[in-house]
Amino acid sequence: MHAVIPYVTAALLFGLGVYGVLRRRNAILVLMAVELMLNAVNLIFVTADVTLRGNGYGGGVFALFVIVLAAAEVGVGLAIVLQYYRMRHAVAVDEVQLDATNDEPDGERVAG
Amino acid sequence: MTVADVLLVALGVIAVGSGALVVTSTHLVRSGLYLVISLGAVAGLYLVLGAELVAWVQVLVYVGAVVVLLLFAVMLTRAPIGPSTDLDRPAWAAALIGAGVGLGLAVLLADAYRWTRYALPAPGTADRMGRQLFGAWVLPFEVISILLLAALVGAIVLSRPDIGARPASREG
Repeated sequence: MHAVIPYVTAALLFGLGVYGVLRRRNAILVLMAVELMLNAVNLIFVTADVTLRGNGYGGGVFALFVIVLAAAEVGVGLAIVLQYYRMRHAVAVDEVQLDATNDEPDGERVAG
Repeated sequence: MTVADVLLVALGVIAVGSGALVVTSTHLVRSGLYLVISLGAVAGLYLVLGAELVAWVQVLVYVGAVVVLLLFAVMLTRAPIGPSTDLDRPAWAAALIGAGVGLGLAVLLADAYRWTRYALPAPGTADRMGRQLFGAWVLPFEVISILLLAALVGAIVLSRPDIGARPASREG
């Protein structure tokens, strides 16, 4: 097999993930694009197992670690998104006020 | 072109094509379902590349758990059923950076590996992966378990409004 095929596939998937993270406004779609990027990295790890012999198959182990990390990341990320939705009734990432002091009671919309 | 090459190209086209639909679709739910196809095609690539255990873990954890969690979140945030018009920012900057990163990496890797042939490895078994995991990588494995516990506790604390509520809002 030619190793360049999965490598180029992974590179294109990573580019798509970067595009999705920058383009999307919806926080859940941003998380989906992050999953695409993590998958591209996993594909590179697994392909490197084939092309770099003598490394003791560490690539597959690292791919498993990245899958676990992705599961933890999406769990905490969605908890944050849902909590934010509960407070603000919105999931648009470019409307998040990073410097807001959050003095309003829960459930109340913030003006603007 | 061998059989493995044909499979790799076909699965790669499916993965990249449905990945493109994930980041361009105007339906939130369809984005999630295209993500299933993309992740499934990547699992197929793992199978061709001989990483059998990683492929099945990918199907179990990604397609089984992560996508279901994402679709749950889509429903809990009351996403509209039809197409949404407010999902995207202006495209040119994202397209520029995304295409730059993707094509740049593709050119870099294509130049590094050219059209070199590699022998397909023997299909990896869970036995081999387990020996690796519990031989060379025990410490990272334990660290990962602590990370999972922390993520579990964090998700519970975040999603329960009665934990960590501000004292001021309780009094007032």
